[in-house]
Amino acid sequence: MYGVLFAKRVVLLSETRILNLLQDRQTVMQGKNKIMQYAFKASRILGVFVSIGAVLAMPSWALSPDPMALKAHGIHVSTLDNGLTVVVKPDSKAPTAVHMLWVKVGSMDEVDGYTGIAHILEHMMFKGTPSVPAGEFSKKVAALGGRENAFTDKDFTGYFQQIPSSKLESVMKLEADRFANNSWPDEEFVKELEVVKEERRMRTDDAPRSKLYEQLEATHWLANPYRRPIIGWMEDLNSMTPKDARDFYHAWYAPNNAVLVVVGDVDVKQVQDLAKTYYGHLPQKVLPVRKPRSEPPQHGVRRVSLKAPAEQAYVLLSWRVPGFTGFDQQQHNKEALALTVLSAVLDGYEGARLDRALTQGAKSVAQEANSYYDFAGRGPQIFILEAVPKAGVGLSLLEERLKAQIQKIAKEGVSESELKRVKAQYVAQAVYKRDSFFNQAQEMGAFWARGLPLDTNDLLMGPLQEVSSKEVQAVAAKYFSDDTLSAAYLLPEPLDPKTQKRQEQAKRMAGVGK
Amino acid sequence: MNAQQNTGLNFFKFSIPMGFLALAFFAQEAWSALPIEREKLQGGLEVYWVNVQSLPMVDIQIDFDAGARRDPVNKAGLASVVSLMLNKGVTSQGKNPALDENALGQAWADLGAVFTASAGDDRMSICIRSLSQASVLNEAMALAYRQIAAPAFSASIWSREKTRLLSDLKESLTQPAPVAARAFKQAVMQSHPYGRSMSEDSIQRIDARDLKAFHSSFLSACGAKISLVGALNREQVLKIANGLAQQLKPSPRCADSSALEASHGPAHNDTLSASGFEAVKPLEKAQRIHIAFNSAQSHVLIGQPGIERADARYFPLTVGNYILGGGGFVSRLTEQVREKRGLSYSVYSYFTPALQAGPFTIGLQTRGDQTEQAIKVVQDVLQEFVSEGPTQEELQAAKDNLIGGFALRIDSNKKLLDNVANMAWYHLPLDYLQTWSAQVQKVSVKDIHQAFKGLIDPHKLATVVVGVKP
Repeated sequence: MYGVLFAKRVVLLSETRILNLLQDRQTVMQGKNKIMQYAFKASRILGVFVSIGAVLAMPSWALSPDPMALKAHGIHVSTLDNGLTVVVKPDSKAPTAVHMLWVKVGSMDEVDGYTGIAHILEHMMFKGTPSVPAGEFSKKVAALGGRENAFTDKDFTGYFQQIPSSKLESVMKLEADRFANNSWPDEEFVKELEVVKEERRMRTDDAPRSKLYEQLEATHWLANPYRRPIIGWMEDLNSMTPKDARDFYHAWYAPNNAVLVVVGDVDVKQVQDLAKTYYGHLPQKVLPVRKPRSEPPQHGVRRVSLKAPAEQAYVLLSWRVPGFTGFDQQQHNKEALALTVLSAVLDGYEGARLDRALTQGAKSVAQEANSYYDFAGRGPQIFILEAVPKAGVGLSLLEERLKAQIQKIAKEGVSESELKRVKAQYVAQAVYKRDSFFNQAQEMGAFWARGLPLDTNDLLMGPLQEVSSKEVQAVAAKYFSDDTLSAAYLLPEPLDPKTQKRQEQAKRMAGVGK
Repeated sequence: MNAQQNTGLNFFKFSIPMGFLALAFFAQEAWSALPIEREKLQGGLEVYWVNVQSLPMVDIQIDFDAGARRDPVNKAGLASVVSLMLNKGVTSQGKNPALDENALGQAWADLGAVFTASAGDDRMSICIRSLSQASVLNEAMALAYRQIAAPAFSASIWSREKTRLLSDLKESLTQPAPVAARAFKQAVMQSHPYGRSMSEDSIQRIDARDLKAFHSSFLSACGAKISLVGALNREQVLKIANGLAQQLKPSPRCADSSALEASHGPAHNDTLSASGFEAVKPLEKAQRIHIAFNSAQSHVLIGQPGIERADARYFPLTVGNYILGGGGFVSRLTEQVREKRGLSYSVYSYFTPALQAGPFTIGLQTRGDQTEQAIKVVQDVLQEFVSEGPTQEELQAAKDNLIGGFALRIDSNKKLLDNVANMAWYHLPLDYLQTWSAQVQKVSVKDIHQAFKGLIDPHKLATVVVGVKP
């Protein structure tokens, strides 16, 4: 339950595994502890030009997120008097709906000493209101035939229910109640904090690559709050109090800091009316000041290493790069598109450049090699290369080989067939995405939190087609010097059960025994 | 009703019933329009499909009776390796030149289509997702046929992949979850093939000839199923299915198709089933396996052999397990282990019904020094559930969720395909989805109580702990 979206990548438990009883009990992080591949790579679902007509008909640049344009993409946006944004995307292909409430507050809004509080609060939101006692929220949703969960990210926190669309009003009433009236006794907090610590142990403390990623972020950012783990440092969790969670809730959970997203077999007007009924009376709040906490420039490589029980070594390289902030002609936005294409050319399909150059042939150096680019966020963006070396290959050699792939593009550009391929993938993937109400709602919520138009997916079609080899070459040349690199090495150490190092540490950190 | 048939998922478009009774009724009336169709082709390949026109895309799953249970005893992992290597090159065929792994990857990417292959215990599954546009889909299928029928199984590529696989395997053994899963499987399934896991030795023994032998024995039309969901009419479906059937060579196993049919039916209890697999034996006594491990948490798995998919107790156990440990945040296990005591982030139970009886599993992870406490809580919850069964109130809550939420099981093409492929694989009746809610509705407290009592013996559980030394 209540998974932390580490870097936005979520995998729900396989639906068929558990007797076809679907459950979102837990979000499971997979080996690559990162990064939803926003445009191209998510499970390598790709595509071709079905909607080529639509692409050509669409003006590609300088689109403003005006309501008429949104409507053309089936998205209806309105705002209640108290500032709550309401997004509805009707789709009658099945008699279900997903109801999501997103709050624009995540781990990046935390301050030192309080890491993990956004995520703890997300857990506590299931612990009751004066009219719905602890445990009842989930029971009521279950009784409606629904499935539910929540997630916390650096940029946002989200709550959702999937339901037969006839039950929309019932879940909206429940969600609005806890959004406005969340309250619980201290004992509930004490218990749930232990659950969160177990979550941290599972996701991070016993998962060396996750831990390395945590250290990489803490190394990469000095001032920016992206340096902190979403789940929080264990010592911060140990000292967290019920009041901390309540204060965070009262400060940030306001209608003018939230968006309601509904996708499914619903009537737009009816959803808007319901939103007004259940959320409309909530008072606006003056939100805490968000300090910019901008990252000072980096002038030189930063390195971190982690020794942990593992068989395979592992390297993560991350560079500071621009993120996408909107559909205008500003250079950083064009560069963000070029970086998206760069990542896909490196690693967007089986046998793309990283695979070929690093994992194949007599001179191969890696077991696997990948690239990630997040595209957009409330904070600054990074571009990541990661790899697992072949036995006997040192991490510094692997690092050089990874960098050489970027340098090659910086020197030679990319081929037209590669460009065509990765652009085609984006177009087809846009069709596949529409198979799931849940994914559509999730994308729109994230776009909202990051200040992008809700129909960003549709709007991107044109501009992405226009990215040239020269532009890809230019970003490869511009952003990948060692001066803005942070590198993290995982150094395997033997798995010695006798040391029981992690257990002892876990106990000590939990304040149990010695 | 007729009007609902012509446009695929429009069958969904009805006024929404209030409450599960109405839904059960509705299931009979309106959902009978759920247009799942079936056809058996010459050579044994069976086709199941649903025409869904709401999006210009197609999802296809092809299942072969070529899962891990077919691995030779000393070559565990072979089925997985074969599925992996299906993606690593094809031989030349007629005027089509050979394609290496990179050419295949590029071809799929250029089409915007996706090909994946994987092996479970029983079946090897090949999944294809493509746009439905004929020019794209035809090429995608032509490519898929070649990968299924004429994989290159290059010795040098396998040698490289073997190194990679061995390294990944060793890496996984440094993590508590996979170590626990392997030990648990073996403890519960004992000598049955479901209990085996690949090992360094078993992978080392596999060479390219083994891949070819496995492929020619088991990737055949007999016993195979192809399931399709998407914008395809009958004619298009049959063209795709026949195209596949033509590519599949006759296998020696096809000669005795009755044996194959039998292998899909219930296995005999005390002898080899007709498919040649031993029956899954119940555990004779409680067993505790502890593997000392340097991890912050202990990973705990507790269980016994469960049921095969054809078991008559499938629905009582499905509904019962929802109450025990399947139902999200409202199960007994979650209530006692997580909500009341804060012992674990995740605690769950599930059955693994398959052609034969897969395990019944309860799992959790907890800080090392809390391990015994957590195990005790699980044992108490299970003991009470088995000896007393659920309450009427719990049963009602389970039905409300399962029946009320039925539409959520099939509200995307991908989910619908999962269900259709299961129906195909397990020979479920064509009205399986229409009658699903009624089957759940029929389950009584007594049914659940008897099913659990008859199956689960809390005094003969296998318990695996990977973590702190007790």
